[in-house]
Amino acid sequence: MYYRRTLTEAQINQQLLGTVLTTPLWWIVLVSLLGIVVAGAVGAVGWMINQGLGVTGLRQPVFWGFFITNFIFWVGISHAGVMISAILRLSQAEWRRPMVRAAETMTVFALMASLAMPLVHAGRPWRIFYWVFPYDWARGIWPDVRSPLVWDPIAITTYLTSSMLFVYTALIPDLAIIRDRSTGWRRSVYGALSLGWHGNPRQWKIQGFAGILLSALILPVFVSVHSIVSWDFSVSLVPSWHVTIFAPYFVIGAVHSGVSAVVTLMIIMRKLYKLENFIWEEHIDALARLLMVVALAWMFLFWLDLVFALWLREEQEITVWMLRMFEPPWSWLFFLFFMFSFVIPVPLWMFRRVRRSFTWMLWTSLLVNFGMFLERFLIIVPALMRKGPQTFTYATYRPSPVEFTIIFGTIALVCFLLLIFSKFFPLIPLWEEKEGQLLIDHVKVGNVYVPALVKEH
Amino acid sequence: MATQTKPQSATDRSTAFKWSMVIDLDRCTGCEACVVACQSENNVPINEESAFIEGRAFEWIRLERYWEGEWPDIKARFIPVLCQHCENAPCEPVCPVYATYHNNEGLNVQVYNRCVGTRYCGANCPYHARQFNFWEPVWPEDLRHQLNPDVTVRTRGVMEKCSMCIQRIRRATRSKTPSDIPDGAFNPACVQACPTSAMTFGNLNNPESKVSKLQNDERRYHMFEHLGTAPTTLYLKQVDTHGA
Repeated sequence: MYYRRTLTEAQINQQLLGTVLTTPLWWIVLVSLLGIVVAGAVGAVGWMINQGLGVTGLRQPVFWGFFITNFIFWVGISHAGVMISAILRLSQAEWRRPMVRAAETMTVFALMASLAMPLVHAGRPWRIFYWVFPYDWARGIWPDVRSPLVWDPIAITTYLTSSMLFVYTALIPDLAIIRDRSTGWRRSVYGALSLGWHGNPRQWKIQGFAGILLSALILPVFVSVHSIVSWDFSVSLVPSWHVTIFAPYFVIGAVHSGVSAVVTLMIIMRKLYKLENFIWEEHIDALARLLMVVALAWMFLFWLDLVFALWLREEQEITVWMLRMFEPPWSWLFFLFFMFSFVIPVPLWMFRRVRRSFTWMLWTSLLVNFGMFLERFLIIVPALMRKGPQTFTYATYRPSPVEFTIIFGTIALVCFLLLIFSKFFPLIPLWEEKEGQLLIDHVKVGNVYVPALVKEH
Repeated sequence: MATQTKPQSATDRSTAFKWSMVIDLDRCTGCEACVVACQSENNVPINEESAFIEGRAFEWIRLERYWEGEWPDIKARFIPVLCQHCENAPCEPVCPVYATYHNNEGLNVQVYNRCVGTRYCGANCPYHARQFNFWEPVWPEDLRHQLNPDVTVRTRGVMEKCSMCIQRIRRATRSKTPSDIPDGAFNPACVQACPTSAMTFGNLNNPESKVSKLQNDERRYHMFEHLGTAPTTLYLKQVDTHGA
């Protein structure tokens, strides 16, 4: 990675803490607009709980629709966190520095959005705690551990807890910086949060060690979370869900959508917070290269999924795939999904000019996530529509305005929470940037000086 | 696969019963008397036209009509479809709260109070036997007094399905030794209402019962046997005696 601009520590502090120490007007406007959308979605949920799930487009046999699609979508987005902060940290990719915290924070909020979905989806959300907590102490009725719906909350709360720890551990040195620059009650709050950080060598050593340890511990979660979510489908009897390839297919798909979401977030952040000195073309370029690898792996697994379906030559399996691929409107959605999440962006990313253009990368990464939402939708709905050989039970599904409102509400919620977070904490870790600046040195290769990373002087 | 448990003693309730139904499609005329009987016995909400248009009609037992062959060699067929009370039921292990489980009388039972409405069981049932209460069920004013007091009226947000008229089973077998209950002493509403006696109900653990004897009928088949759900409901296929 090429570090072109050298900033002093004072400059880094000033530029990255700008959002925390001042409140720009656009921030207030944006937060209120997003707040209105979130409030609208909360209202929609309230209306749905009051009226019954009849206000959704769900009907027999399509018992799962937009809410479960959205649940998987947000769990997918959350995979950015582990990919960027844990895997890139362990592999010592220097270009991770400006994106680790934003990716991890997005992970936390995306997981919150995804956890809300099964609650909204349930028929009796007011009794939902029996689902995750022991149902009836007195009679000894416990949640059924055979059910993937019990594995899901375990996997996701594990991921949420570890992600929050991760964000917090990396936040401590920055909290101390804010503490030193604020007064009054803010100072005491930040002081308490920074756990007495003074930046002495011992504290740095412990903090660095905790970061590496958490990265390593979070790695199994990387594989497990979306595998477990995919088992919601794999363990069922529904044709085209009942496949063994789903776990790796979902995990790679999640990384595809998650890393794309990080690209989107980075570009928007750069524009909104004027982080031109920290997020460069090279960072987005590196993310796009990573995305190409991930997208190809994902396409390979998608292809395997299709081949397995055809290989079996099982009638019902083929019926589902025929519906998905050739019957409108599903064929149109399938076409859009295929174009948006693979055919359009991946060849474009092969061009250096596209990879280094913020505009191109913003739109292609948004396309990928739109396509990935469609992918999850196409996995769930057509399969349920054709799950049995009884032609007389065939039905269709059309999401209702209430469902659309709730989906947009979750998108607004994640953006809203990210904006709120950015008001209180810097979105780019100050100490990571400073560490990056310290480690940089120019190495003479032949006649030119090449910027390189020097761990030891 | 289904392992038939033999009663250890005539008084041991835990293994005394394994309820089963046999449906002879040769006798079925598609009159839907079973559907009406079930509707009134089990407090199943009344389906108005709008319920069918919405795709949310409630039928614990439904009569499906389908066509066999191509025109002009086409035949209309009827098949009553209800919960198959699978021995290896796909709906059971996926429920996180044990709202549906297999009881020791061979029935797949639904506990409405436990149900939180994840609808996973409904998504996983290949027979489409499960119905979900999308709305709070409402009965017309003049039909409120016909509700069966033996059966719970389900609330909004829970799954429901054929219970094999468990209220009748309980009433008939309560405080009786299994050997005191003669075969055919009581029947679920659908079986009772069937004018052509196409449906037979009984105890599979009693080797003398009608259902036990019909298990070896040469026309027997289970619905979607290839899925391995091991249904206890058995169908006897229709045989064409005229034409062919």
